[in-house]
Amino acid sequence: MRQGAVISVLDLVDVGLAVGGKPILHDLNLHVLPGEIHAILGMNGTGKSTLASVVMGLSGYSPTSGKVAFLGEDITSLSISDRAKRGITLAWQEPARFEGLTIKEYLELGKRGSRGGGPPPGECLLMVGLPPDRYLQRTVDATLSGGERKRVELASVLSINPRLSILDEPDSGIDAFSLNRILDAVRILAKNGSSVLLITHQNEIAASADRASTLCGGTILRTGDPLAIDRFFRNHCRECPHGSTPSGEVLLHE
Amino acid sequence: MSDYTKEFLAMSKAYEASGGDPASLSDGRIAGLMVSHRRILRSNDAPGVHIEGEETPTGVKAKITVDPGVNVEHPVHLCFGVLPKEGTQEIVSEFLVGEGSKASFLAHCVFPNAVKVRHVMDARIHVGKHARLEYSETHYHGEEGGVEVLPTARITVDEGGSCRSLFKLVQGAVGELRIDYEADIGKDALCELDARVYGKRNDAIRVKESLFLNGEKSRGLAKSRIVASDHCVSEVVGEAVGNAPGARGHVDCVEIVKGKDARVSAIPRLLVTDDRAKLTHEAAIGSVDKKQVETLMARGLTEEEAVDVVVRGILR
Repeated sequence: MRQGAVISVLDLVDVGLAVGGKPILHDLNLHVLPGEIHAILGMNGTGKSTLASVVMGLSGYSPTSGKVAFLGEDITSLSISDRAKRGITLAWQEPARFEGLTIKEYLELGKRGSRGGGPPPGECLLMVGLPPDRYLQRTVDATLSGGERKRVELASVLSINPRLSILDEPDSGIDAFSLNRILDAVRILAKNGSSVLLITHQNEIAASADRASTLCGGTILRTGDPLAIDRFFRNHCRECPHGSTPSGEVLLHE
Repeated sequence: MSDYTKEFLAMSKAYEASGGDPASLSDGRIAGLMVSHRRILRSNDAPGVHIEGEETPTGVKAKITVDPGVNVEHPVHLCFGVLPKEGTQEIVSEFLVGEGSKASFLAHCVFPNAVKVRHVMDARIHVGKHARLEYSETHYHGEEGGVEVLPTARITVDEGGSCRSLFKLVQGAVGELRIDYEADIGKDALCELDARVYGKRNDAIRVKESLFLNGEKSRGLAKSRIVASDHCVSEVVGEAVGNAPGARGHVDCVEIVKGKDARVSAIPRLLVTDDRAKLTHEAAIGSVDKKQVETLMARGLTEEEAVDVVVRGILR
């Protein structure tokens, strides 16, 4: 999509997804611009992680309608690997753990990315506040705490130097002290030319975005200035009586 | 070149292929035993480590003693193998690790040309009071898979002692593997049994690891990591018996199936005879975890490469 003279990095056009006959996403339209941090706000169960899965192309998340385009190319039917090779990656909300794979090895996988990788593993760890001498040789397994594993996940995204980073709640389970590190890492990604689709519940994190969208009942309700969207989210969504189906009344606020 | 030299060099080459350092086999400071089929090619003591070897009609009898209170500087290197295509090798061994001593053993078993080989390991291991033993055994096989590997170990760990055993067979195809390890664990003692096997072709794998937690506050872990591909069939029996107050045992099994014709099963057996003991188990068997694979694919790996990374990781 063109917004003025700017071509979006990511376009979701009328995307719908039903699982077992139940609609999860519908009529979803979203456009992420080059180099922007685009926050997605929404209550639990509104489809935020599903949206991340659709963009990454995870199995079971193939849209039942609409299309996903990356840099103007329709990627709706591409595999995860093919999307990754084009420069898309995802940091999971609850990342997988790997026996026998060191953090260094995990971060070196980034060299396979479309842009030949980002900073070396040690630097990526420093960016998320993990001392390399203590972490590079550790294993990406259950011995890492939830917060450590999430920071390693963010470091692995940094190591890829992607064109589009999908970050699914990188701030959840992170202590307040480390939150600024996460924020810094997100900014570094954008500074290095990555567009960031940032799913979050934290308004400090959302406030750092260039734009934000609020998701309700599987569709984007509103997109705009992050502070205004955060205000809209707080005013309308905290006590949303509509469950997963936004009413016409809320949509009228558009 | 003499027959002895030829055989030694051939064993050294196979030893190196299995991950061993051939220089350690001729280093006089390092205790070691090398057995090719039924012939002892090298037996070397080191300070505090004594090796008595005796050739038998079917293999070798060996007694390895670590003196009490000795901290053995270099790992003791053991190399067993059969170079011809056919043959039987029975190794009957006894390991005595003296009170308060500390030693590690690196064993490599090599069968690079096997078509029909039978390799029997019958070990008695005694770890004395407050002694520490680490025993690592790595197998190197050819692709024919014509070997019967039958390792049996009866382990006793005395009060405050610890024994960690790692068995790895991830290179080549084995044929048939039947591991049967049992450990009697004393007061405040620890025993960890860890088996990692990559089954291929028509391999038949059975791993039985049993922990008898007999001493107060004894601890044990029976861990297994198996990957079964092609037509491989695998069965893991992890057993723990809690016989004493404060005893803690855990059985941990992961078996991955690669391909539609492989079969895996896991049988945990837990028995508590003392109401102050506690045993746990976990088992995950089946395909490679989808989330792990998709995570690696999202870093640019193909699905096949991602499965390979996961599999190599768990067998490492």
